[in-house]
Formats: sequence, C-alpha cells, structure tokens
Amino acid sequence: MTLKLGVPSKGRLMDKTFEWFAQFCITLSRTGSEREYSGVVRGIAGVELILLSAGEVPRELAAGRIHMGVTGSDLVREKLPLWHTQTKQLAEMGFGQADLVIAVPDHWVDVDTLEDLDAAAAAFRARHGFRMRIATKYHRLVRIYLRTHGVADYQLVDSQGATEGTVRNGTAEAVADITSTGETLRANHLRMLSDGPVHQSQATLFTSLTAPWDDEALGAKEEIKKRLQLRD
Amino acid sequence: MPNKPAILAEAARLRALFESAGAIPVETGILQPADLLLDLYGEDIRARAFTTSDPLHGEQMLRPDFTVPVVQMHMASGADPARYCYSGEVFRRQEDDPDRAREFIQVGFELFDGANPSAADAEVFALIAQGLADVPLRMATGDIGILIAAIHGLDTTERRRAALLRHLWRPNRFRALLDRFSGKARANPRRAKLLEQKNPFRGAGPEIGLRSRPEVEARLNALRDDAATPPLPAPQVRLLDDLLALSDSAPAARNRLEDLAVDMPAIYGAVETFAARLDALSARGIDIARLEFEGSYGRTTLEYYDGFVFGFYAEGRHDLPPVATGGRYDALARVLGQGRSIPAVGGVIRPDLALLIGGAR
Repeated sequence: MTLKLGVPSKGRLMDKTFEWFAQFCITLSRTGSEREYSGVVRGIAGVELILLSAGEVPRELAAGRIHMGVTGSDLVREKLPLWHTQTKQLAEMGFGQADLVIAVPDHWVDVDTLEDLDAAAAAFRARHGFRMRIATKYHRLVRIYLRTHGVADYQLVDSQGATEGTVRNGTAEAVADITSTGETLRANHLRMLSDGPVHQSQATLFTSLTAPWDDEALGAKEEIKKRLQLRD
Repeated sequence: MPNKPAILAEAARLRALFESAGAIPVETGILQPADLLLDLYGEDIRARAFTTSDPLHGEQMLRPDFTVPVVQMHMASGADPARYCYSGEVFRRQEDDPDRAREFIQVGFELFDGANPSAADAEVFALIAQGLADVPLRMATGDIGILIAAIHGLDTTERRRAALLRHLWRPNRFRALLDRFSGKARANPRRAKLLEQKNPFRGAGPEIGLRSRPEVEARLNALRDDAATPPLPAPQVRLLDDLLALSDSAPAARNRLEDLAVDMPAIYGAVETFAARLDALSARGIDIARLEFEGSYGRTTLEYYDGFVFGFYAEGRHDLPPVATGGRYDALARVLGQGRSIPAVGGVIRPDLALLIGGAR
C-alpha cells in the first residue's frame, strides 16, 4: 500500500510544511479548487497526501489510518496519553514554535513562580469559596504539570479560543495557553510565570507505530528518511 | 481475570459478611454531581473519573467510589452512629496503563461512631482481614494522624504549619517547603528584591480579574512576615524526617514511635491512639507482628484520610492495585456534614482481585 502522509490542510502550517518537504525534493501540493481537500505528491514514489486538520493528526496517527503526519508536538502530547507507544517523533521541523505557558495578571506582583501560584490559590479559595480558575484547552498537559509541581486548590475551565481575554471577562483568574512571542499575553495585561513553559512545541513529523506497515509503505518510509538524512 | 458471575458471587459473600457484622446495605446513584467531587478532590479527580454531562444538571461523574455518596447520605440523615455496607461497580479513567480496569466491583463497609475510634479502626480492619482470610496478602498500615500531630507541634508560625499540612498529600511540594522553612533551600532571590521595593506595584499592569489588589497586598504582607521568620529548629526537622522514614513491623514501630514521642511531645496523644489501636487489633485476633507500619503510608492517595490508613497487597505483584484499602476520614465527614460531624472509618475490597490472588494459590 502507499504510505499515507497526513499534513495540515490550510494556512501557514500547510505552506510551511510544503516548503519544508520541498527542500528535500519532495513536492507536496493541493489539487483541484481552493476548497477541495485533495493533494498530490511528486518527486517520490509510493506516498499519498492526506490533507486534514492539524488537530486530527494525532488521532489518525494513533489509529494507524495514516503512516506519517505533521502536527504540533503539543497536540500529540495533549491528545495521546500513550503517545510514545503509538507514535515516534521523526523530525522537528523548525517552524510553528509555540510554548504552552501559565500566565497570571501582571498586577499579581506576588506571583512569580509555581510555588507563589499555589500559595495564592490557597488564599483565593479560602476567600472566595471556590478553587482558582485557570482557563485552557490543554487540560491534560496542564493538569499533569501542576500535579507534578504540587500545585493545589485550582480548577481548569475550558477555553477553546480568546483564552487571554478570560481574566478580564471574569471567567478565570489565570490562563494556560500557547504563545510564540508573548505579545497577546502582554496586550491583555498577563505575565508568564518564571519557571519556564509547560511544554515547548513546534511542528513535528511523526510516524505511526500502529499503522499497517507493508513492504511498500516501509520502502517509502526508508526513502523519505534517506531524503531527510535521518537515521533511526 | 475471574469471570463476572464468580466476581458477583464473591461480592455477595463479602457483603453478607459485612451485613452479619451489623451493617445496613445501601445503594447510591452511579451518576454523581461533578462539582462536589471536584471541590473535594480537585482537578486530579478528572484524571481518574469519567465525566459526562446533560444540559439540565451539568457535569456528572460516574461514581469513582462509594465513600462520598454514602457519607453524604449518612450526614443528611442525622449523623448518628451507624454501620453501612455496599457492593457495586465503580468507574476509573486510565490515562497511563491500558491494562488497568476501568470498571470494577467494590464491596465496602463504613462505620460512623466516635465513642472509641481505636476500637472502630480495629473493627473495620479485622472485618476486611476476615473477608480476605483465604487470600495470601501483605498488610501495610500507616497513621496520617501522627503526621498531622507532628506538624502541629513544629516550632514555627501558624502559616507555615498550615502550608505543610495542606501539602501533606503532595510529598514533593512538602519536601520543598520543609527545605525552605528549615533554611536548607534559599527562597527565590527575586522575591527578596520585590519585598525590598517601596512600591512593589510600580510598573505593574492594571487590576484585572477577581483576585483584587488587597488580596495581593495581603500576600505581600504574609511574604514579609515569612521572610522574617526564623528557620525551623534542625532537631525538629530531623525528628520529622525520622517519622516519615519509619518502616517496620507494627510492634517495632510502636517502640520507635514511643521513643520519638519523648522528643516530640506533640505526637504523644496520636501515638497513644496508635498503641490503643494495636491492642484492639490484637484483641480481635489480628497478628500484629505481621502488620507493616510505614510513617509515610497513605500520603500519595487522594487527600481524605486523616488517621489510620491501610492496604492489602498481593505479594510480588506490583503490577496490581491493592486488593483492599481503607482508613479514617473524620475531616471528610465534617466537610460533608455542613455543621454536623461524626468520626468515620471504612474500607473496601475488590472481589475480582481477591479471587485472582486467592485462586492463583
């Protein structure tokens, strides 16, 4: 069977991915109209292009419906608890860099580290009668991170967009969100904790460990790895 | 794994045993309101319980255990002394190990009675041991009450004691706090700088969100107090470390704890309770020389046990969860009692694991 390569279907992430593969003389392109999600691969045999949303790539890799896929490492770790048994990271692609960080209102001058956040959460709960709310869409990564670092008395509230606005809107006290430059955080009077990011993400090429790897697919994978000058 | 009819038969046998010990059988809903469980256990419960929702009642959880609904029911009905038992399915999400069961049966016994806590502890433990008499298991015990008493006795500020108590169930954070309070680890140097500033709010952003400027100021004051607090006396830290590291047979641990209590008078009462419990266990026919005691036992569970804690484990099967667990949870009963309170202790058995281990002999 042909090797199915899953790639983000639109926007900057798609363009950058196409550019990245082009350096290795693997030409990916969309076919048909602007709106049609079909594509074609030139310059290498036995590879089929699957265009899909970056958020769906982890699930498709885990299910083995695609052999390889490009997506952010943050999405793979958030969506696949057993990601290291289902996927293998083949190459970091050097774009789409973004850090998952925890940020608090800048006027909380007493909160600089996770230890401060924890102490502030304890006092907040005692005063307001509920746990300090942290808005995020990265529930699993943030929960594991805060548990590992012994932060208590918080709750995660779901925010699928405009997360930086939740504090001003009164639906959260702090946020855990992706940022590349920190500008949106600053514009919303938020400041990240000094402990460092929860996770440093970038666009990454993964292979699926669960996909049906027959000789043809394996052959195509070896050819891709040769082009990319990767060893196991 | 044993088959379902065999597990149900074993569950029925255990429940009958609990009923013969005077327990009233009770049932609880499988769907439990998520807000109460989240408030009690925090965000970690989301990693362990299945969450679902409907548009009318909001978030619900498939019951991750029976204790909370049983305690709630009991406290609502008047908080008089009582014994309850139950048997039914509980549900656990698994994020790390695909081989762990997501639904399994628990058979439990809960005892509400404050007249003689040591005797109540022994009654629950002996009943669980009786239910598992045919299964070769290692018995581990601990006593969170002794740890709590030890922290109360530390020669430092109320705020520092409260911080340590709050993190008793998070050993890493607890250790970090203890290191800082004892002067072993330095505080964040940026904090010292902040506290020196005349106006720490200079250059800071506008006040947004629910946590107000007075709350920030209150914490700055707390930080100033803390910076001026002398370190914990080194001998007290050593004693606490000895207590946390204690691991021995119960009779040997009793000698060691009685020694420690000479230098840590704050734990004297808790050690007396521990000793009375051992006597009560002996009186119920438990061979206490076979009981293991660990000073830190129970610190990595969800935080509601605050006294006696125990677990029954299959020897050499680190891949399996404990076959039975239990302990005292006076504080939980107080929180759920909303003003009413009664000391409570309980334990649960997993009949599937009891059969698996018992049948493997």
